[in-house]
Amino acid sequence: MNKTVKNAEEAIKDIQDNATLMLGGFGLCGIPENSIAALVKKGVKGLTCISNNAGVDDFGIGLLLKTHQVKKMISSYVGENAEFERQLLSGELEVELIPQGTLATRCLAAGYGMPAIFTPAGVGTEVAIGKETRTFMVDGAEKEFLMEMAFDADFAIVKAWKGDTQGNLVFRETARNFNPMMAMAGKITIAEVEELVPAGELNPDHIHTPGIYVHRIFQGVNYEKRIEQRTVRTR
Amino acid sequence: MLDKVGIAKRIAKEIKDGYYVNLGIGIPTLVANYIPQGMNVVLQSENGLLGMGPFPFEGEEDPDLINAGKQTITTVPGSSFFDSAMSFGMIRARKVDLTILGAMEVADNGDIANWKIPGKMVKGMGGAMDLVASAKNIIVAMQHVNKANESKLLTKCTLPLTGVKCVKKIVTELAVIDVTPQGFKLLERAPGISVEQIKNATEGKLIIEGEIPEMIID
Repeated sequence: MNKTVKNAEEAIKDIQDNATLMLGGFGLCGIPENSIAALVKKGVKGLTCISNNAGVDDFGIGLLLKTHQVKKMISSYVGENAEFERQLLSGELEVELIPQGTLATRCLAAGYGMPAIFTPAGVGTEVAIGKETRTFMVDGAEKEFLMEMAFDADFAIVKAWKGDTQGNLVFRETARNFNPMMAMAGKITIAEVEELVPAGELNPDHIHTPGIYVHRIFQGVNYEKRIEQRTVRTR
Repeated sequence: MLDKVGIAKRIAKEIKDGYYVNLGIGIPTLVANYIPQGMNVVLQSENGLLGMGPFPFEGEEDPDLINAGKQTITTVPGSSFFDSAMSFGMIRARKVDLTILGAMEVADNGDIANWKIPGKMVKGMGGAMDLVASAKNIIVAMQHVNKANESKLLTKCTLPLTGVKCVKKIVTELAVIDVTPQGFKLLERAPGISVEQIKNATEGKLIIEGEIPEMIID
């Protein structure tokens, strides 16, 4: 089952205006750089983006914000982006902030075929407003949980380190982050990888995301892998 | 009065051998520098790492290896990587022994506010709501009073909450305080600070029992 497509342009060619996209990455780490560039080039508008962060002004999802292609962001943290702030304050952009673990687990639920999850995150805060709650016994005490729904995304776009032609994926270090469960959660999942190998070359024991979840895969080019906060120590 | 490093040093004394610890951004990050030598402590970074090491040497930065503050870091022997769902899974399942984070306000029932100031740009809660809702033990590193000299240890938080009835201990520039079912309980004074000064800086209910010792910081 060969899932290979030529490049990012081909992988995203049927993404239409007003689509809901999941985009992997944490900050600028492990983001699908090639696909974001292709989305900017294609110019699709009115996108709803589910992504932990919103990039910076001139990189990551920030590039899609600059071109006014994003209608709504669903994220846990959206700092470090002046254009984002401007669009938010002017009402051009809608933002839904949700706890990071809730974001991750709502992706997971979608990939596991579960309609909802129960989490204690946000109980008693404005995150809980309008949400159904349930009380369960935890460690011998009653504890309240919020019901949060699985995400429903048209496309998930993820970045992996290595992948094979069957769509099996291997991630590297903390660039894994949201990528595996977003890969599981998209109706159509697009994976861009640094190294694409023929099926059989990856050790089946080392695969993080089985190819069944991945519909299209391509080898990306010219990865910039920008560092957001370069912190070092002296020898 | 303690400076930021003093607060970090005092909190480091709360860490025990064998602990898995999640450190928030700001003063909590500094705590890592004062964990006693020889103590076996594993730092969790909620973007998907157990066994966070120090910053890399110049030239050895790896863009794939960052912490939750998006800083370049390293691993230590025995580290492991995982995805964000598992990361918050281990937090929710109370596998992490201690969470240390900052706060804008804490109430005497353990409520915490640290993510949003109405009227200001809201950046988001990140993982803070998940951490405070599930952690077994939460220590807050914070300033006792704001710039206008108003208490941040309150009867009731005025800012939007991050979590309810969750904070166990607070270390400020003035004091170490336990959050008990009866209210804030004063445990220790910062060097040179009187009980009276702490009382005046605390709006929430403050319980003072017996002699309050001055904290010992190496």
